Amino acid sequence: MAGGDDTWRPLARPLLIPAWAVIGIFAAVPVFLMVVYSFLTKEFRGGVDWTFSLAAYDQFFVTRGLFGDEPAQVEWTYITIFARSIWQAAVCTVLCLLVGFPTAWFIATRPERSRGIWLFLVTIPYWVNLLIRTVSLKFLIRDNGPLNDSLMALGLIDSPLPLVNTNLAVQLGLFYSYLPFMVLPIYAAVERYNFALSEAAADLYASRWTTLCEIVLPVVRPGIVAGCILVFVPALGAFLAPDLLGGAKTFMIGSLIDEQFKGSQGNWPFGAAVSVILMTLVLIALILYARASARDGAREAGQ
Amino acid sequence: MKGVRHYPGFLGMTVLCLVILYAPLAVVTAYSFNGSTSITTWGGFSLRWYVDVFTGPEATRFGQAAWNSLTLALMAATAATVIATAAALAMVKGGRFRGRAASFALINLPLMVPEIVTAVASLIFFTTIGLTTGYGTILIAHITFCIPFAYLPIAARLEGIEGHYEQAARDLYATRAQAFRLILLPLLAPGLASGWLLAFVISLDDFIITNIVKGAGMETLPTAIFGSVKQGIKPNIMAISTLMLAASVMFVTAAYLINRKGQKTP
Repeated sequence: MAGGDDTWRPLARPLLIPAWAVIGIFAAVPVFLMVVYSFLTKEFRGGVDWTFSLAAYDQFFVTRGLFGDEPAQVEWTYITIFARSIWQAAVCTVLCLLVGFPTAWFIATRPERSRGIWLFLVTIPYWVNLLIRTVSLKFLIRDNGPLNDSLMALGLIDSPLPLVNTNLAVQLGLFYSYLPFMVLPIYAAVERYNFALSEAAADLYASRWTTLCEIVLPVVRPGIVAGCILVFVPALGAFLAPDLLGGAKTFMIGSLIDEQFKGSQGNWPFGAAVSVILMTLVLIALILYARASARDGAREAGQ
Repeated sequence: MKGVRHYPGFLGMTVLCLVILYAPLAVVTAYSFNGSTSITTWGGFSLRWYVDVFTGPEATRFGQAAWNSLTLALMAATAATVIATAAALAMVKGGRFRGRAASFALINLPLMVPEIVTAVASLIFFTTIGLTTGYGTILIAHITFCIPFAYLPIAARLEGIEGHYEQAARDLYATRAQAFRLILLPLLAPGLASGWLLAFVISLDDFIITNIVKGAGMETLPTAIFGSVKQGIKPNIMAISTLMLAASVMFVTAAYLINRKGQKTP
């Protein structure tokens, strides 16, 4: 019912009031307030002093030596943490795509009856508490955990692989956390794919892989892009995987923000500034996504 | 027909995908039945850690946390479903009106902002207006971010219901309220059920936001587990994890069955 009807048209706005009120007051206003906080002065024991200051952004980008008396230079500490997070999230997205696409394709090409079961199997872990999944992964890959024990029993390695507290472990954790997010949107796209296109390509002597690259991938692209966004955005701000599986050298944005709001060591304006920078990055990713899907939409309309 | 659908190696990737997704869960489930006090050695099959969960030294702490989690999820899911249903009726059946696009963006706002940012923004907001962090602030935060999750299945279901049904009822002299209550609501029921279930699980699962806005002394099940795990993974944590895993599987199965039943009716 895109056109609406007499019963509902006059009620549209009143019915939206609760959603506007709740999300407006408890989600939009807080985000705005956070932007304001990033320009305030830090107070000791957490909290802020309501005077304008650029100190938080200055701390993020600029260093003046240990005692603050040297000439200003670029501060690399936080930029490095951001670069690491972006890198980890990007690698995670690529890995999820490499495993997720074949899985989604395989499920979507099953006979209708067994398709539901396969999809169900992939969905279950997605519903299991993320904390529990991350803890389980840590249990599996820890130094004297079942994975290392089995590898040693098989004689593949002599001493346990030190996986926990490495970038690899965090990577594995991110991959494990967000893999279902990649499978589901791609599945939805492949399910709508018209296989006559592949048959036409095969009739014209295109190889399987040529068909995949030249025909299938462009057509199911919206699903792939949606999956990438659903993996990349949460992976960028992830907290549990880096915190539980990583160490000091694998510090990511999520932990950096979290730290600023814990106890008396915190720095609220700085934490707010880091959040604003993260949000800006996510916004850029979302705008790129919106543009890509608008292009896909235009091409579909043109066909 | 099979030819163009089949790609060598894709079955292997699917199996790999499932192994990756299930291996950690399977291992923890197996070890939760370990009779040994050490998590590394196998001491025979035993239910002692399940007994420990309910009667052991940490039983009261986890019990209280579980109660908090459950009541929060029940209230947050119910409130979010009511708000999301009203919003979905307006968005799907309300036709074109000014502010429709803005409303859509606002409803989905909690999905666009990274969770850690929502968490921090909420904490800043609650502190500024002078609200003490605790059960109340967690509930408010949960209702807010559950709305888009409840909205999605409800709106999707509503879009699949043709307007004729309600129109036919109106033609037969049903009042608007009757047409809504007797026709639209029953048709919408599977959507409401999946929306509520999704919101319930999202609330029950949440760690990041709860951890920041919970305040001192207040725990939900995930924050209590996180606190324990920081000192190392103990066998009782594996028993709790397995219980939560079982609960999740039950929920998904329920949602799956409700959905399948819903698809058979129009």
